[in-house]
Amino acid sequence: MSAPPEFPIPKREPGEWKPKIVGILCNWCSYAGADLAGGGRIQYPPDVRVIRVMCTGRIDALFVLKAFADGADGVLVSGCHFGDCHYLEGNFKAAKRMFMVKRLMKSIGLDDRRFRMTFVSASEGAKWGAVITDVVKTINELGPSPITEFNK
Amino acid sequence: MAEKKKTTAKKTEAKKEIKHEAPAKQETKKQAPAPVGSTTKQEARIGVFICHCGTNIAGSMDIPAVQEYVKTIPNVAYVDNYKYMCSMPGQAVINKAITEQKLTGVVVAACSPRLHEPTFRTATKEGGLNPFRFEMANIREQNSWVHMHDQEGSTEKAKDAIRIAVAKAALLQDLYPKAVPVEHAAMVVGAGVAGMQAALDLANAGIKTYLIESDASIGGRMSQLDKTFPTLDCSQCILTPKMVDVGRAPNIELMTWSEVDAVEGYIGNFDVTIRKKARGVLSVAEAEAKGIVGGGCNGCGDCEVVCPVVKPNEFEVGMKPRKAIYINHPQVVPLLYTIDWNSCIKCGLCVTACGEKKAIELEQKDEFVKVKVGTAILATGFDIFPVENKTEWGYKRYENVITSLEFERLICASGPTGGHLVRPSDGETPKRVAFVLCAGSRDNTGNGKPYCSRFCCMYSLKHAHQIIEKIPGCVPYLFYMDIRSFGKMYEEFYYRIQDEGGKFIRGRVANILEDPVTKNLHVHADDTLLDRPVDLDVDLVVLAAAVQPKEDTNRTRKLFGVSCSMDGWLLEAHPKLNPCGTTTAGVFLAGVCQAPKDIPDTVASAEGAASAASIPIHMGEVELEPYFATCIEEKCAGCGMCVNLCPYSALALVEKEGRKVMQVTEAKCKGCGTCGGFCPGGAIWMNHFATPQIVAQIDAFLLGGEQ
Repeated sequence: MSAPPEFPIPKREPGEWKPKIVGILCNWCSYAGADLAGGGRIQYPPDVRVIRVMCTGRIDALFVLKAFADGADGVLVSGCHFGDCHYLEGNFKAAKRMFMVKRLMKSIGLDDRRFRMTFVSASEGAKWGAVITDVVKTINELGPSPITEFNK
Repeated sequence: MAEKKKTTAKKTEAKKEIKHEAPAKQETKKQAPAPVGSTTKQEARIGVFICHCGTNIAGSMDIPAVQEYVKTIPNVAYVDNYKYMCSMPGQAVINKAITEQKLTGVVVAACSPRLHEPTFRTATKEGGLNPFRFEMANIREQNSWVHMHDQEGSTEKAKDAIRIAVAKAALLQDLYPKAVPVEHAAMVVGAGVAGMQAALDLANAGIKTYLIESDASIGGRMSQLDKTFPTLDCSQCILTPKMVDVGRAPNIELMTWSEVDAVEGYIGNFDVTIRKKARGVLSVAEAEAKGIVGGGCNGCGDCEVVCPVVKPNEFEVGMKPRKAIYINHPQVVPLLYTIDWNSCIKCGLCVTACGEKKAIELEQKDEFVKVKVGTAILATGFDIFPVENKTEWGYKRYENVITSLEFERLICASGPTGGHLVRPSDGETPKRVAFVLCAGSRDNTGNGKPYCSRFCCMYSLKHAHQIIEKIPGCVPYLFYMDIRSFGKMYEEFYYRIQDEGGKFIRGRVANILEDPVTKNLHVHADDTLLDRPVDLDVDLVVLAAAVQPKEDTNRTRKLFGVSCSMDGWLLEAHPKLNPCGTTTAGVFLAGVCQAPKDIPDTVASAEGAASAASIPIHMGEVELEPYFATCIEEKCAGCGMCVNLCPYSALALVEKEGRKVMQVTEAKCKGCGTCGGFCPGGAIWMNHFATPQIVAQIDAFLLGGEQ
């Protein structure tokens, strides 16, 4: 396992914007990979909140949209690698839906980089750390969700 | 750091009821239809229990602050913390609170649910609640351990994680696991020493065991070895009794030259389709079944004598010829010839030679056999890393560079040279032999394997001993990085080889050059102990090649739904506490397919896997997690989209009250939720991962808490 990615711990003033990112993870690969990152003490930024489902196939496109409607700055869906799904093919079906979500986001003018689907296996703790670091970096660059601003 | 927190002091203050306004809750409550197992509508009273895990959690976050915050979360009726929540006193705290506080749900904020969910479910049950009214907030693996130096960040994250968990716990329902009977039979895939040991153990425990081997004979890699370290037992001498036992055991149904073709079902009830590859030769039993009296292959070998096709023998690593109809070596079990269809010219000479036994069928086709088993063990073993990829050592370019497996066959009395170690280039006896250890192992260049193959040090020591013993005056030079002699009597064996005259040079071999006239080899390395370059002129080089998962492993593991590590070895359920189990219930791992192991460790892991695989069978039934899909019939439009999505064919459309609705066969449903993730009408209720529960989690994170 490679050395933990270095990232500066941001010093934030009270009231300063912090990204709100929802992570929906499958139980067998990505959640296990995230646990492995913990066991390996791989350090990454704390901005993603994780919701566990049994399979990414469970993830309704509406869950992602609900998160954005609620004001999420980013959503991450992570599952098994193709061909490695604990339930044979749930991740294929999830990926198809998630492409649809991306297209929908583009058409409503929401930057589709706010939404990402990744594939992290149960043995890829270091990769999980890298994925989270990169997701948080992207969302920090994009800034607060326009939907939150709109709702204000 | 954690000493200052007195854990028992804070019980009284958390008693008060907390009033709240919750945008998330109101929204989700309307849409929770609760079609199954729902209890009376009562207000949720959730108990939250925060674990310090010593300093694992408490060391990285402010637990008192988290506890104070949790009191303000909607539906939370009680909060407590304890140093080790999973300990008996910790669980007693949960038990007591459930009764005293009349809790309807329990949230434990501690480690990963993949670790301790069963523990706390049991504690919840003992407290008098349905175990599925428990939810876990992971504040260790995915919080305190990964934000060790960001106290503020981890404290905030823990607050959110608990709020999310409470939102779900408030909507959880009573669920009841389904008990299913377990078929009184097991399957072992791979009949090397691991597979044979596992099959023998299962069979001796009274379980019908199907032993599937893709090769023509059982025995695996161990049957190719000459001696075993450190005892110098003859490998075949200690293996053949086991092979014979396997062939004889009434409870073992041995299927060689066979592969697993398809697997369906779940723990207790796996339906496995086995492809019996066309062997071209009938066994005595098969011949009898066809009405050929006194027929079938008796291993006489008359066919082999007349066969005109000559091919390299894979068992001898291509160093000995075989015919197109062949057995690999004299001790094969079962003693049955096999036709290599890629080489056979179907001349029919063997059929004539076989005569009245009528054992040979040149037009045989693959057959498919279906068996039902309760549990399965994978013991698929390893291949040798293609060490020719490390071009600097010249394997397959220089004749006198061989691998350790070739060395084993050359030094073995039953091998191609009758046990005389010779140089492949000229047949001369070598006097100076270099051994290159870590040949492809512990290699981070990207052109090798990053892991230690674990048994190469020891067998190379054994090889050194063998040449000193067999060839007077022959000197072994071992180029090593570290000698890893970790087992019982291994270190003593290392000293013995030093005393016998083995030369140890600590340095990685940079390259090997061949003298084109003499075919001698120049081994170039840097002696890191003496800090000087080495150029050694030797007669023979033996590469202790790395091992890698067998080529077919990927296909087999996917059939059984088993994951693999980054390096391709099959992934165990837990590296320390469940090394034989996998994430697929009822499927276990034995031997090197999980990671490199020497023979004692392989046999031990096989016995462990056999023991684990026999437990569900002896119990007679297992409980399945009740995460089934259910149809909310009033919402179902009968479109049937879900039916095609289900990978297990668990869903079907049925006529009910004059319209079509979906129906779930619970025994087939594994609870992935692929149907529930798609249903356009929201008519599928996934137990424990229902849409309202997940939406409540999203809302709790984004709409609840401090804005």
